Amino acid sequence: MPNLEHSAYPAATLLHLESLVPCRESQVSMLLSIFGERQQLSFPSIFIYGHTSSGKTYVMQTLLNTLQLPHVFVNCVEHFTSRLLLEEILIQLQNRSSETKEAAHVPCDTFNDFVRLFKQAIVSQDLQDETFYIVLDRAEQLREMEANVLPAFLRLQELTARNVTVVLLSEIVWELFRPNTGCFEPFTLYFPDYSIGHLQKILCQNHPPEYSADFYAAYINILLGVFYMVCRDLKELQHLAALNFSKYCEPVVRGEANERDTRKLWKNIEPHLKKAMQTVYLREISSSQWERLQHNEGEAGQLKGLSAHAHVELPYYSKFLLIAAYLASYNPVRTDKRFFLKHHGKIKKTNFMKKHEKTSNHLLGPKPFPLDRLLAILYSIVDNRVAPTANIFSQITSLVTLQLLSMVGNNDQLDGPRYKCTVSLDFIRAIAR
Amino acid sequence: HRHLLELLKRTTIHGESNSALIIGPRGSGKTALLNHVLKDLMEIKQVKENLLELFTKNHFLSGLLQTNDKVALKEITRQLRLENVVGDKVFGSFAENLAFLLEALRKGNRTSSCPVLFILDEFDLFVHHKNQTLLYNLFDISQSAQTPVTVIGLTCRRDILELFEKRVKSRFSHRQIYVLNSFDFKQYIKIFKEQLSLPAGFPDETFAQKWNNNVQRLSVDKTVNDVLQNLFHYTKDMRSLHFLLMLAVSNVTVHHPLITASDLQEASKQYRMDSKANIVHGLSVLEICLIIAMKHLNDVYEGEPFNFQMVYNEFQKFIQRKAHCMYNFEKPVVMKAFEHLLQLELVKPIEKPSVRTQREYLLMKLLLDNTQIMDALQAYPNCPTDVKQWATSSLSWL
Repeated sequence: MPNLEHSAYPAATLLHLESLVPCRESQVSMLLSIFGERQQLSFPSIFIYGHTSSGKTYVMQTLLNTLQLPHVFVNCVEHFTSRLLLEEILIQLQNRSSETKEAAHVPCDTFNDFVRLFKQAIVSQDLQDETFYIVLDRAEQLREMEANVLPAFLRLQELTARNVTVVLLSEIVWELFRPNTGCFEPFTLYFPDYSIGHLQKILCQNHPPEYSADFYAAYINILLGVFYMVCRDLKELQHLAALNFSKYCEPVVRGEANERDTRKLWKNIEPHLKKAMQTVYLREISSSQWERLQHNEGEAGQLKGLSAHAHVELPYYSKFLLIAAYLASYNPVRTDKRFFLKHHGKIKKTNFMKKHEKTSNHLLGPKPFPLDRLLAILYSIVDNRVAPTANIFSQITSLVTLQLLSMVGNNDQLDGPRYKCTVSLDFIRAIAR
Repeated sequence: HRHLLELLKRTTIHGESNSALIIGPRGSGKTALLNHVLKDLMEIKQVKENLLELFTKNHFLSGLLQTNDKVALKEITRQLRLENVVGDKVFGSFAENLAFLLEALRKGNRTSSCPVLFILDEFDLFVHHKNQTLLYNLFDISQSAQTPVTVIGLTCRRDILELFEKRVKSRFSHRQIYVLNSFDFKQYIKIFKEQLSLPAGFPDETFAQKWNNNVQRLSVDKTVNDVLQNLFHYTKDMRSLHFLLMLAVSNVTVHHPLITASDLQEASKQYRMDSKANIVHGLSVLEICLIIAMKHLNDVYEGEPFNFQMVYNEFQKFIQRKAHCMYNFEKPVVMKAFEHLLQLELVKPIEKPSVRTQREYLLMKLLLDNTQIMDALQAYPNCPTDVKQWATSSLSWL
């Protein structure tokens, strides 16, 4: 049932278009009605915003390609200065007609030149009658360029007096784009995020042909159940689905269960998915490593120490130094006496401390401490006697190079160097084992 | 309108030099006014022979110094079609260059000099050029009565006169024309009707008749009046009205040939969507929990900036005490959700991240306020009930 109808375009192309963009029919029909027929003027600028991987770029590209509308597609992160951006638009415009994709370099410094060259190029390509679309992806980078680029693009139709429409795609809302004295407001269109039903529908489209659609749908259900609370990003979910499917199929392949045995399959895959959340989702290991691990692993529990932290091996004294540094950073100086001496007195809670009880040091970050304090704490936590040799000091410097400690203040301080500990409690616990 | 016309006539026919500024908020029709006046002007026969037009629009700044006025000058040369005359001459100063151009114009036209009309759009940006050389020279020429020159500037800033340098200000004739939207609601409805009606020359007579009758009916309909009233209270300019009407008209298809009141209501709702609420709608449950944690922090500490560690703490407290359906996620997973919020610019760091501070301890601000969050939560699909309750609870257990 074709939802998209438009008098200007043949129904067959529209049907094909609709099959390519599932769950986005209303947005596409809105765009089609705005674009109108080929030679009609449209809005001078359109701003499309929506979440990451909600299909903005994909829908725009499919729409323009399927309907064969003349357009130029430029990514603002790739071409991050105004000069690169303007030249790229002109180059793509020129390359539309020539078969050999030679990019004759068109020098274009300012927006003024761009307007002039653009008008010439439109005439030379015989595009005066049709609407020409310039699509700028990741448009939030336009704010970082010179101040005239964004307002000029919004008014391009007026400045060049030609039939051109600029489409801006971004994740960030329009209010954060608006320049100070105002500008020509574009037509804003929102691409809503996919609901869980939509996600399922789209993910199920990718099922491999060996297995039935129901089987794959059950798998997607399980996957979404684990990951939906955390992430709704379509690309991430697709990646995870592709990686973990072979593990899901293992019992079937090995002959232990058939396709319908949902409980067994679930028991098999669940711990695996939980581990995936800690590792592949966080990109701590690459997907090829993950696949290799899937083949090699005998017993579970091997994946625990996979994070990068555990790969740091420190010598004996360095570990103590680091722990001492952590204690120095996070405990206030007043408590040192109490923790580290054999005979300690009571500490009176002053008014100051009562007021600031809520903001514990753990929340505000590490505090800098002088070198002497570090050594003092080190002596008290290490059992045997430690001599302040050059060895110890050089270990401190190497910890700074590893960025586990950081130096605070300028190099030539009179009281001696001050340091700050930059690792977290989990790391310390991992080392202290 | 009449003033402007008079002014321009005087320049072109009688050879007087003048300058004027047209000031008005965005979308109030300054460019349209100017175009209209120019069209009228061109129809006067005397003018057509004499007039040389110059539209110098939008010479925006690039932050570099000398290049701006150079660009402007090159553009003027190009538009006067004097490139071949100028050739490769090197000029000492801007003034010499400009004088040369005008001299060249004079030579080209036998007896008297040709009146030139300079129209500068986005005038406030020219004011930011270095030394305001272009403006100084243009106004200077308009005062010194060599060639009849009229300079008209269009701008949206009311304080434009304060931005002038003293010497430029003294040469300016201080003639300002204000273009304001000063109509009231009844006239607004009339404008709405006019905009929407089809002109008499429309090819299909019967359809035009039906359409115009429909428009007449709509303009007295109560819901339509409400919609227009809402828009009128928000902004008076024509552009937003146009957007609204475009949205409504884009629903017109072969099956749905006439606009109805519900079309206009739909269009109005779409026009006034809160975009941030839309973005919040698309976040995952974990990210929503982080936002609620930040909201609570803002309430307790009265808007002081927070960092990731504090937010994580709040989240942990929620998980331990109240949540039944939220799984206790690991810290890096929560960090990734937080970074997604950063990327969407719902949370913004107060200062630039430097090497000194770790990522988790960087101070941030939340860019949503409480009512937005609560409204978005109402609209959020499948929100777990304990998350909702947490959002509305006061912090009696802190």
